Amino acid sequence: MTLPFALNIPYIAVALLILLGLYAVIFKRNLIKIVIGITLIESGVNMFLITLGYRKGSIAPIYTSSPGGIMALPVPQALTLTSIVIGVAVLALMLSLVIHLYRHYNTLDVRKIGGGKE
Amino acid sequence: MSKRELVGIVAFSIVAIFFVFTALMIHPFGSPPSDTNMDDYIIDNAQTETGANNAVTSVVFDYRGFDTLGEATILFTAVAGVILLFRRLKK
Amino acid sequence: MKDEGMSRIVKTITSTIFPFIFIYGLYIIAHGHLTPGGGFQGGAVVASGCVMILVAYGSVWMMKKIKEKNLSVLESLGAIGFIGLAFLGLIFGEVFFSNYFANSKFFLFGEEVTFGVPEFANINTAGILPLMNFAVGLKVIAGLFAIVLIMAYATSKNKEGE
Repeated sequence: MTLPFALNIPYIAVALLILLGLYAVIFKRNLIKIVIGITLIESGVNMFLITLGYRKGSIAPIYTSSPGGIMALPVPQALTLTSIVIGVAVLALMLSLVIHLYRHYNTLDVRKIGGGKE
Repeated sequence: MSKRELVGIVAFSIVAIFFVFTALMIHPFGSPPSDTNMDDYIIDNAQTETGANNAVTSVVFDYRGFDTLGEATILFTAVAGVILLFRRLKK
Repeated sequence: MKDEGMSRIVKTITSTIFPFIFIYGLYIIAHGHLTPGGGFQGGAVVASGCVMILVAYGSVWMMKKIKEKNLSVLESLGAIGFIGLAFLGLIFGEVFFSNYFANSKFFLFGEEVTFGVPEFANINTAGILPLMNFAVGLKVIAGLFAIVLIMAYATSKNKEGE
């Protein structure tokens, strides 16, 4: 039976990761859970970059004692390295701001910090 | 509270439908639709031009060295920001 | 609640395991042009080993031995090394990032490589790539360890005021 759409599992996994992270950012109240949601979105984007560069039946792009065959694309893997380091830097600065907020307001609830309306 | 949650549910469901529809309608996993001229050139000539046996390292440090320079700047900025934010709390 | 680290068994075991983690991370950094790995990956491995030592011994004792000024100097040395190698490419090869002794029979890192699939690759190849790997690895080790050390120290001194 042939379906009208392609059943590619890695892209569905990427969509599920991003949707889980977005759910944690919108609907949760704890500050630490919102930070974890942002990290989940960033992991999903990294996985999407890597699954873009795969050819059917290819091996890793390394020449040392490699079995023959076509090789996967090396440029998306290099871009993913930079993206991981950017995620680490953003996470470090976000956690420092959370520590400062807790020391000032003495609570981690995101609806009590700020204006205080509604 | 309920008005904010309602707007959140509507926006989240629109984004969810868009993401799942895109994940099913994209090209099948393993056959990119466009031609790969740059990557074929890099795979064929990276061993003789740079002398490295690892194509990913030669892309990161030789063919695209400017991106690694920007990434080193990001690491330096993150460490400087963290040290700056915690300067008063140590005394 | 004293913050003096964990018990004596944990301190002994971590200080026995730490040299092996350090050597493994340095192997990943040094063979970056032959096997999968490189500067960023090996730097993350060594930084994880250093954080394990920090958790076992307590952050107050660690901050007295290693001040964050020394870590900042180490990270700046790595960055200056990276930029200096790029500028040397400008002087010798007329482009900014050029690999000027890749195939030029220099004694340090410049043997010739022909197109093929070698069984055991030669480590003496590939121009300035291993030197750049060392510079970036040093920068990543010092940077990640400094971030965790500062955060651990700043949240352990809030028992007495501020």
